[in-house]
Amino acid sequence: MEKSKISVKNLNLHYGENHALKDVSMEIKDHAITAFIGPSGCGKSTFLKCLNRMNDLVDNVRIEGQVLLDGEDIYDKRVDTTLLRKKVGMVFQQPNPFPMSIYDNVAYGPRLHGIKQKSKLDDIVENALRGAAIFDEVKDRLRKSALGLSGGQQQRLCIARALAVEPEVLLMDEPTSALDPISTLKIEELMESLKKKYTVAIVTHNMQQAARVSDDTAFFLVGEVVEFNSTQNIFSRPKDKRTEDYITGRFG
Amino acid sequence: MNGSNTLMKKRKRPLDTVLLAAVYISASLSVILLLGIIGYVFVKGIGTVNWKFLTSVTSALNQTAGIAGNLVNTLYIIVITLLIATPLGVGSAIYLNEYAKPGRIVSIIEFTTETLSGIPSIIFGLFGMVFFGESLGLGYSLLTGSFTLTIMVLPLITRNTQEALRTVPDSYRSGALGMGSTKWHMIRTILLPSSMSGIVTGIILALGRIVGESAALLFTAGSDYKLPRFGSDFAANVERLFTKTTESGGTLTIELYLQMQKGQYETAFGIGCVLVVIVLILNLLTKLAAKKLRPV
Repeated sequence: MEKSKISVKNLNLHYGENHALKDVSMEIKDHAITAFIGPSGCGKSTFLKCLNRMNDLVDNVRIEGQVLLDGEDIYDKRVDTTLLRKKVGMVFQQPNPFPMSIYDNVAYGPRLHGIKQKSKLDDIVENALRGAAIFDEVKDRLRKSALGLSGGQQQRLCIARALAVEPEVLLMDEPTSALDPISTLKIEELMESLKKKYTVAIVTHNMQQAARVSDDTAFFLVGEVVEFNSTQNIFSRPKDKRTEDYITGRFG
Repeated sequence: MNGSNTLMKKRKRPLDTVLLAAVYISASLSVILLLGIIGYVFVKGIGTVNWKFLTSVTSALNQTAGIAGNLVNTLYIIVITLLIATPLGVGSAIYLNEYAKPGRIVSIIEFTTETLSGIPSIIFGLFGMVFFGESLGLGYSLLTGSFTLTIMVLPLITRNTQEALRTVPDSYRSGALGMGSTKWHMIRTILLPSSMSGIVTGIILALGRIVGESAALLFTAGSDYKLPRFGSDFAANVERLFTKTTESGGTLTIELYLQMQKGQYETAFGIGCVLVVIVLILNLLTKLAAKKLRPV
């Protein structure tokens, strides 16, 4: 049995009256890619955001249950969300580079966490850009605005930005849904290499993507985890009829 | 191919032509009017403007006419007003946009600021005179004038900053917060740089109102036209610099108004010239500053 990085225990989430996540429990394995699939509105993105407390920013949210990161409950009152989000980084659906230079985008996190030394920042930026497989494309224009990059490059830049703070977990919320097939392929290849160093959780609408890149898959439906198993099992021998219907494209 | 199906039916549309002409005429008319007024003021006033006019003070004894004192007063009012109004305006915009929960209170505050910017300036003058001048005992002074103008230009800065903050995509906010940035750090490093052009627009509009204001200043800042009496002692001069703020001082616009009253149209046009040039220079400077502050 592989070691789990994040254990979620009986997580319930309410948006006002709406019970958006119902009793979700899950073990997310270290150095593996876990995919969350399911139809729109099933709670998979909401669940992902629970893993670094991005739901804190939404009004009227009530969260019960436990999310243990290396055994520590991230919803404990004493948790510093800055440190939590340093450990658990996030890449969003829409590439969202800041309106500053490529260099400053990647250096944003390290600077935020107190690194000021120029040579050290240079190293971090280069390593992060290499880690996100974009260094060669941008090495001559590090001081140029990040907004001039293509969508696929912007998304890899955002991954580099997330990597620059040396996280342990990387959350990706439909990271390729706004990208063309070639950029998507590049990001999928990148994920493969990322799992050597990081634990990755990804929300995706694209079932082929989940099948291609992930080790484990969770199928969500109206706030519940219908089935959670190794990706191979989910896609070849689903236990639940609803999972089978979904992955064979009968609904959703 | 000559049937009813052909595409070759291009014809003139007279109404379009007329409307196009109307739009062109309106545009040129407004430009001509603007340039005309500026040109007229310049032609009439430029003869009065010389180095002596700018650097001396009107004195019956020395037989001189000059606006040095008013220039200094204008500068005082601009600096003090903006020093107070900019942080207050930007701060309240940040509060309203980023911290306050949208709802009744926010809409009431927004409605109030909007109304405030439409109120005739003489009412601000009345309030300033009674409240700052009498109740707070500041009398006719540059401070009273600046405080009054602060209230007047605050909505301009607040509204423009708010508009600018609104155009910053939410994805920037979640991006920064998702990296562990605190809310204030996110505002300082992402939101404020991205909204710099809106903030500067607010400041430019405020500058315009400050330089152009007379009604709100006549009974608050007063109309004194003398220079602060600087001596040779440095420490005493610095002190004079500050005590001047508690003394009466008329801006260029006030002086222009007084000169018009006395029928001294030449001097009035001269001051007009100087005002136009000042506004021009300040606009350019602010734009330049915004460019320097903008992220890549």
